[in-house]
Amino acid sequence: MTPLLQGMITIVIGVVGCVGYFYASNALVDKVIFPARGEHAARNINRANMVRPWLFLFPAIFALGLYLAYPVVGSFYRSLFNRAGSEFIGLGNYAALIDDPSFRRAVFNNILWVIVVPAAATFMGLITAQLTDRLTWGNIAKSLIFMPMAISFVGASLIWKFVYANNADIGILNALRALLGASEPTDVLQVTFWNNFFLMVILIWIQTGFAMVILSAALRGIPEETIEAAILDGASPFQIFFQIKVPQIMGTIVVVWTTITILVLKVFDIVYTMTGGNFDTQILPSYMMSYMFRDDGRATATAFVIMILVLPVMIWNIIQARKEMR
Amino acid sequence: MSDNIVGEKAGLMWAVQISVVALVILWLIPTVGLLVSSFRDRDQISASGWWSAPFPVEETFRARASGDPVQENGVFVIAGSVFADPENTARFPDGQGEVAAFGTRGIEPGAYPAGEVVEIDDGETLVVNSDGTFRFTSVEEPGGRGQRIYFEALTPPEFTLGNYRTVLTADNMDRAFINTLTVAIPSTVIPILIAAFAAYALAWMQFPGRGLLIAAVVGLLVVPLQLALVPLLNLHNQIGIGQSFLGIWLAHTGFGMPLAVYLLRNYMVGLPRDIIESAKVDGATDFEVFVKIVLPLSFPALASFAIFQFLWTWNDLLVAKVFLPSNSEAQVMTVKIADDLLGSRGGDWGILATAAFVSISVPLAVFFLLQRYLVRGLLAGSVK
Amino acid sequence: MAELVLEDVSKAYGPIEVLRHIDLHITTGELVVFVGPSGCGKSTLLRMIAGLERISGGTFEIDGVRMNDVPPAKRGIAMVFQSYALYPHMTVRDNMAFGMKIAKRPKAEIDEAVENAARMLQLEPYLNRLPKALSGGQRQRVAIGRAIVRDPKVFLFDEPLSNLDAALRVATRIEIAQLKERMAGSTMIYVTHDQVEAMTLATRIVVLNGGGIEQVGAPLDLYERPANTFVAQFIGSPAMNLFKGQTIACGEQTVVELETGGTVTLPIRSLEADKGMGVSLGVRPEDLTPSDDAGFITGEVEIVEGLGETTLLHLKNGAESGPTIAKLPGIHRIGRGQSLHLSAGPEKLHLFDPNGVSFLHRA
Repeated sequence: MTPLLQGMITIVIGVVGCVGYFYASNALVDKVIFPARGEHAARNINRANMVRPWLFLFPAIFALGLYLAYPVVGSFYRSLFNRAGSEFIGLGNYAALIDDPSFRRAVFNNILWVIVVPAAATFMGLITAQLTDRLTWGNIAKSLIFMPMAISFVGASLIWKFVYANNADIGILNALRALLGASEPTDVLQVTFWNNFFLMVILIWIQTGFAMVILSAALRGIPEETIEAAILDGASPFQIFFQIKVPQIMGTIVVVWTTITILVLKVFDIVYTMTGGNFDTQILPSYMMSYMFRDDGRATATAFVIMILVLPVMIWNIIQARKEMR
Repeated sequence: MSDNIVGEKAGLMWAVQISVVALVILWLIPTVGLLVSSFRDRDQISASGWWSAPFPVEETFRARASGDPVQENGVFVIAGSVFADPENTARFPDGQGEVAAFGTRGIEPGAYPAGEVVEIDDGETLVVNSDGTFRFTSVEEPGGRGQRIYFEALTPPEFTLGNYRTVLTADNMDRAFINTLTVAIPSTVIPILIAAFAAYALAWMQFPGRGLLIAAVVGLLVVPLQLALVPLLNLHNQIGIGQSFLGIWLAHTGFGMPLAVYLLRNYMVGLPRDIIESAKVDGATDFEVFVKIVLPLSFPALASFAIFQFLWTWNDLLVAKVFLPSNSEAQVMTVKIADDLLGSRGGDWGILATAAFVSISVPLAVFFLLQRYLVRGLLAGSVK
Repeated sequence: MAELVLEDVSKAYGPIEVLRHIDLHITTGELVVFVGPSGCGKSTLLRMIAGLERISGGTFEIDGVRMNDVPPAKRGIAMVFQSYALYPHMTVRDNMAFGMKIAKRPKAEIDEAVENAARMLQLEPYLNRLPKALSGGQRQRVAIGRAIVRDPKVFLFDEPLSNLDAALRVATRIEIAQLKERMAGSTMIYVTHDQVEAMTLATRIVVLNGGGIEQVGAPLDLYERPANTFVAQFIGSPAMNLFKGQTIACGEQTVVELETGGTVTLPIRSLEADKGMGVSLGVRPEDLTPSDDAGFITGEVEIVEGLGETTLLHLKNGAESGPTIAKLPGIHRIGRGQSLHLSAGPEKLHLFDPNGVSFLHRA
């Protein structure tokens, strides 16, 4: 049986199974356990209505619990054991991480990524959103800048391998250097420290479109009349942008910023594909993958470090969401 | 509206136009480079940049001054055309071409300009004219297989589908393509239904703990996948799923769930209360309200999520590396490119470019066809 | 001191002409109200004066200086928007000071101007609040205060009361009227679709319809001597009743035979050439009174709306403007289906030619 056929069958089984579960459990509650007839009809309807939300929620809660909530605990627990998982070593894995210069390098690089990528992508997104909003062909321009969003990190990395290629006849970057008089091509991915920035460019290239789309909607949500009032007040286009528009969409800017920050902490594909973590470009997610399948204790410990870094944003998001619900 | 305001400086508008053009070009260059390279043959890729693909390329060829020597004035002469050499007939089928320079040693293939008569050594001379005709003279009778001639000639730009033929038929890339599809489709379809029911409950049903659950979903939205890899792979191994398609479908279903629930709930909560209440007044149960009213009305949000999840599962490398076996039977395209092609074909830029383009073509098609839903989903999905 | 002159001003978006041949002369100290149904171009005209829309044709001058190409901030105008357009991230003080800060005026001068405006509008306690912490009426006053701080030659108001509830609207309307009293030297232009605002605030009203000016005049002038059927029906509520008829005698007095029967003699001069012309006879609902004899309108009562202070009767007969409406003072207990005779004093009647132009305004 080919995997594709297997996939089709899974779709059918999955969909029929889901519908069947929801329908059958609903019918079971309404008709058999709490039938809406007989002497307890009213009480039964109430009870059925108390149970029903949980019927609707159960599969989702199960999936969320098993695949996202349990691993937080499970990973932490596993990180307390040694490589084979046979011996409890407390925080030994974490101590080993701190001792490992390559881990420290990954943390340092990751901090660079977290500072540079969200800032650059949000800034570029804001600028492109503002510039394209005023053009007749703005939507086409937006669509083209947004396009990298659809490309996989691996695909994007390959695309940029061509740009960075260590050959003036392949890499446009080296071709430009040659044009400016450099005699020998250079492999920018091997220039330590700066190579991190060349990798970040890839993620910025991808994420600018995301920032642009959201910020452009926010910019359009600004009441036109406040801008006209500012024009009447004599503000220049730059003053209008920085003093009237940007402060009004600050909330959205923060959302975009944090969303990209979270992404930066998770993406391992770019480093993995471009340098494999060599030349001092390791970041936490790629560092973790280098231990995956080799030393689960270290891998889970690294994953847990990432979790701790994400935690503040998670708490902030929850607070915002609760505020919004009230 | 604003282009109507009096006193707007036309110069500023021009500056905006020009900077947007520059930005768009900057954003497109990398992708265009990949696309152009995927249609060029391997020799041309290393001979000139993709940006000069539409122009003729100066490439180096070799030929031999072989043939029957003719004696003229006491010297042996071999004449002919470098383009007629059997080594070059494939690239110059009509025997025509333009030689820019020639040489006699491989390390200096363009040592002399075309037309210059060159003394090679002990009485041998060689000249290659720009039309490709050469004349080799020697005092002694030439032996062996004939003098090597290297020359640089302009070759016309050449585009080929050869890379695509190679990628799609050999190299197991076709298999990887099917595998990617196999991973992506069930991983997109199954979470939608599960999430839709949950989203409805969180949006329109009253029960204790609802707020807490919504907060939990928002929290789980940002949990790094990295945490899930080890514990779940172990779990899969213990219950006998192991590394398999079933495992990756389940994993993607779980990982996509928070976004699905969050996105759909946000959308459903915005549906007009009147419609849902009037249906309930008409005697519909929650199940009927959901199936007959909320689900059809939520189509835009369902489409948004489906696109997201499809792009995400199609483009994923991490989950596929962990939850699928690493043999070529089960490799998806991202793994194939990252682990296989980049290693073994590291230097074959044509194949790399083509493989990358094949892998991004489906997401790009989805993107350009369904961009509207994607944008809508993005706007609904970011915590306001 | 500000005198505004618009000469043959027009506005077109591509092939669509939204305003044409606007000639208007506004003198210092006037409060001119632009009124008209939605889509008539009144807001566009205001925005052209502000510079927020380009003028497609004609010239616009303030104090003799051509303004067509002068940017909005340099025109000496201030505008109060329908939505107030307060900058949501700035305090009331910063909102009012923004324009002067942009102009880099000394801080002391800014503070003084803001304090003055705040005092005038009783906004002093709120100066450090953000707009979202203010009520609708207070926001409205901040918007006006922001305009005052700019010390403009011309104030522009774009439907400033339409976002307020009914009670607040009356109160704010009076405040604007008082503001006008206090700033007697300033010129104000006010756009509204509400004829009560127009009638109460204006020194002159400009009635716009379909991109052109229908009539310009003092409020009561428009009420008493509407230039055409549009103005006649737009000003006054309920709208003026129109009856089709034909002139049968002309001269110092005009005799009209109505299609619904009966003849009416009006003290309106007409030419001999007008004899036999199809005309419209206009009567305001409040000018109709029940009469014992035949009157000139007879109809069957369809709807009775008792408002207490007045009673509105809807009568079925063949009038041009649908059912004839009569507005009688006080309470009248009249049953549905009852037949009623109505008449009006001859001096209360209006006469319009087939093009809808009033006989009083015919060239």
